Amino acid sequence: MSQLAALLRRDLSLLLLGRRGGPVLPVLFFLAVAMLFPFAVGPDAQLLARTGGGVIWVAALLAAILPLDRLIEPDIELGMFDQWALRGISEESIVAVRILAHWLSFGPPLMLTSLIAAALLGLDGESLRKVEIGLLVGTPGLAALGVTVAALTAGLRGGTALAGLLVIPLAVPLLIFGAGSLAVGGDSGLALTGAVSLVLLAIAPFAAGAAIRGARG
Amino acid sequence: MQAACLVAWELYCRRGDRLLFGPLDLWLEPGEALHLTGPNGIGKTSLIRMLAGLLRPFVAYDMGSSAMGSITWQGSFALQDERPALDPHLPLGQALAFWQRLDGHAAPLDRPLERLGLSHLLDVPVRYLSTGQKKRAALARVIGQRADHWLLDEPLNGLDRDGVALVEALIAERRAEGGTVIIASHQPVVMPGAKTIDLRDHPA
Repeated sequence: MSQLAALLRRDLSLLLLGRRGGPVLPVLFFLAVAMLFPFAVGPDAQLLARTGGGVIWVAALLAAILPLDRLIEPDIELGMFDQWALRGISEESIVAVRILAHWLSFGPPLMLTSLIAAALLGLDGESLRKVEIGLLVGTPGLAALGVTVAALTAGLRGGTALAGLLVIPLAVPLLIFGAGSLAVGGDSGLALTGAVSLVLLAIAPFAAGAAIRGARG
Repeated sequence: MQAACLVAWELYCRRGDRLLFGPLDLWLEPGEALHLTGPNGIGKTSLIRMLAGLLRPFVAYDMGSSAMGSITWQGSFALQDERPALDPHLPLGQALAFWQRLDGHAAPLDRPLERLGLSHLLDVPVRYLSTGQKKRAALARVIGQRADHWLLDEPLNGLDRDGVALVEALIAERRAEGGTVIIASHQPVVMPGAKTIDLRDHPA
């Protein structure tokens, strides 16, 4: 347990505050997309309010791709995973800790920034509520997906670009249910977003752990 | 007979399509040391990684071997290879402190750091350290782990003459405390009474 606490402390200092990016770049990227969209479609308030939620979702998905290359690969290159392995710490638990740290570094910041984005796009209160809840239940799944894909593509030439391409189709269910909950009444879309998220969270540590062991060769 | 610290049987190593060495049997008792030698590419690093459990022994059915090679350690072991496993952007002190926290003992590293000549570098980010200083830092990490046995892959690379003598002294101390030390190095290492295995003598 104290080992996992030490790992989480390191991951947070790297991903949340540290030299591997931090939340600033994804947040700025997210805001930039939300700002550019009204310029592109014009100042039609009704159209913006109707499509704004979907735009926020797409922007969140793209922002979550930005830090992928820094999630797993640097630690493999440094020999960290080898050192953890011979201390008997399983790759699965390391990945689980990293998913938590990764989520903390972009999930809550994006939810906060969504308030600004919603104002820029003129979303009403009900849509904003659904966007926020949708992001709350959807971004953990995005984090799990991101770490898994980062582990699968670690060490590959052009791995970063490939990681982005792999995440996008796999994130489509989250997008459909998350953004779809805005168009359809009721909260069933949010529940399905949460379900997809949970499935991804359940698979990710094992898939990513196996990928890291496989990369050791 | 004393209990063996390391027993390994039937180790074959394959990298890609090439069988590098095997079968190799190892037996180390407390206080013993082993020096792995051989030219580049013979499989020294692979053997070290295999002994650390990071690489699976190859099962050479066609060579008459039926069983997966087995490696049994008695006690914990530490590994030093060409990567220091220290966060490059962190000051050396903090990078080492992470491993101290992870290994769960707050024992101060002051004395080892003093001996390794690193005490004045604790505020310097790891990426600014020289090759030899990084080697010394990795040794500090190994010492801090307080493992029974050491696996050292080319520990002398980049070290100056004092550094080499220091590594030899540290190895002797580890052995005196009943640990075993396995070194892969193409350079001569002074280790009194150490076994030597030249991997050229164990061709596949």
